[in-house]
Amino acid sequence: MAAASSTRVWTPAGRNRDRRRQKEQWGNPVTYFIALIFIAVCIAPVLYLVLGGFRTNSQITTSPAGLPHPWVLSNYTGILKSSTFWGEFANSTVVALVSSVGIVALGLMVSFVIARYDFKLKGAMYSLFAAGLMFPLVIAITPLYIVIKDLGLIDNLFGIIIPQIAFGLPTTVIILVPFLRAIPKEIEEAAALDGASRLGFFARMVLPLSLPGVVTTGILAFIGSWNNYVLPLYVINSQRNFTLPLGVQQFSSQYSTDTAKVLAFTSLAMLPALIFFSIFQKRIVGGLTGAVKG
Amino acid sequence: MSESLGTDTVSGSQSQGTFGAGGAGVTASPAPPRAAARRRGRARMRLEITLLSGPAIIMFLAFVIFPVAVAAYYGFYRWHGYGPATDWVGLNNYKLIFTDPAFQQVLWHNLLIVVLSLVIQGPLAIIMALLLNQKMRGRGLIRVLIFVPYVISEVIVGTGWSLMLQANGAMNDLLGHIGLGALQSDWLADPNLALWTLMAIISWKYIGFAVILMLAGLQSIPDEIYEAAAIDGASFWQMQRRITVPLLGPTIRIWAFLSIIGSLQLFDLVYIIWGQYVSGTAGTSTMAIYMVAQGRDAGNYGYGSAVAVVMFLISLVVALIYQRFVLRRDLRGAVTEGTV
Repeated sequence: MAAASSTRVWTPAGRNRDRRRQKEQWGNPVTYFIALIFIAVCIAPVLYLVLGGFRTNSQITTSPAGLPHPWVLSNYTGILKSSTFWGEFANSTVVALVSSVGIVALGLMVSFVIARYDFKLKGAMYSLFAAGLMFPLVIAITPLYIVIKDLGLIDNLFGIIIPQIAFGLPTTVIILVPFLRAIPKEIEEAAALDGASRLGFFARMVLPLSLPGVVTTGILAFIGSWNNYVLPLYVINSQRNFTLPLGVQQFSSQYSTDTAKVLAFTSLAMLPALIFFSIFQKRIVGGLTGAVKG
Repeated sequence: MSESLGTDTVSGSQSQGTFGAGGAGVTASPAPPRAAARRRGRARMRLEITLLSGPAIIMFLAFVIFPVAVAAYYGFYRWHGYGPATDWVGLNNYKLIFTDPAFQQVLWHNLLIVVLSLVIQGPLAIIMALLLNQKMRGRGLIRVLIFVPYVISEVIVGTGWSLMLQANGAMNDLLGHIGLGALQSDWLADPNLALWTLMAIISWKYIGFAVILMLAGLQSIPDEIYEAAAIDGASFWQMQRRITVPLLGPTIRIWAFLSIIGSLQLFDLVYIIWGQYVSGTAGTSTMAIYMVAQGRDAGNYGYGSAVAVVMFLISLVVALIYQRFVLRRDLRGAVTEGTV
């Protein structure tokens, strides 16, 4: 922990003396002030979207940067009553869930092999997935579209899910391999003495022990899938298969004159990812820490 | 595919069957029992490796590696996406790409975006991380709030910002209210401004990720080093400069790599805010925008594939150079010059 108080004269005695103290101290006011400015810049645009949904178009036209006065709920309630929004929400949810489960399951299996088995092609296997970080989806989208078309998966949710699983594997492998390597050899030996096979060890010991890494990769995969735009743009043609990002784009061009409605729709579309993130935020930071150390 | 990967690992362990039969009747061979057991163990291990890694490798090869090969193939044809490609044009697509002024322009934009992302986000993220890397109340909340823009999809970010930055939008209105009316401008359409507007939006969206990554890196620096430095009489700022930033080097380099690759393939934000035609005149179009416009929307899948290959090769060359020269030199200063 590097202490970083920005202006106070720094004294060595002050550091770490309070380690055992239960209550966290208030930091330096200057730090809070700078952090506050930074956060305001990060959050204000998001708040603008949410609050804008509670205004009428005439309010927005006369005073674009103003606050809702009076607050109107009709924009939000109208969207929450529409089957379009809920259909897109359902599609996004299905795609994100199936993709994350697939990414984590396949990624964990292959990471286990790379981390704990000893064989000649181990390094090559790891390099293969590490190289995948350089094949971002956008670059591959034109040929990928051709492959998906040949498989007959155009306008099918699986046409999004399967490529997403494939493209999500590199990040997952990079994060999980250090986690799985860190499991002490002694545990594996002890399990072997107790008569567990390697696969038994995988199921009984590795799965529970690597849970933090699994949750991290799962959340990253979920958010990545939830926000993916290029793939649905290419693969999905019909409204009933739209995911939310496509829905947002279509809604904002359809109601381009109705700014308040668009703001309400975008706010509702980003809400699930934000809720999901705020529940699991500690996990994300924790998982990234492990990956950086590894 | 996975068969060859999984089973080539142990070569020459096939038994020399007495009747020249292959490895099928392994146990029938009069080998010592221990060797047979080891063989069985090896075979089982190979089976496990194949079963566990097979699905992931097949998926990865089929949907990540194979499409790139497909792109390389179609890049040699003039092809419109229907039926077999027959109109072989050799390297003509590539010649057209490199002589097209529009492509030179988007390549230049991309390089600017790469450099500006590093120069703007790097120092800011390091300073914020140093500031937030202390035990204080509300630290968790601050971290969460900083990360929020990163979690929101590019489509929503793009839609929201383009509404706010319209000439008659909230940004200009706000500037008028706080007495900075002189600064009101046409943020999105003015060709002298649009790229900077894009950079501001990119920085806003991705800096949270950089800060969180830097914080994660700071956590792994042991306290004892600072204690030793304090005994040697180092000041706070000396410590940051001589200890923290150098030790943060690996993290900074990982972040810079991810940032460079991300900048090279920037698509969503520009496509949503400017659309592919306006982005040309506003000066914000990128290689990916060019690829989609030339390939998908113009129906020239051969040409689009060739652009994809060019983009891939540029990313690959950058990545190789980066790994060769940057990631190898451990414990050197930050990637971005003059930040510390």
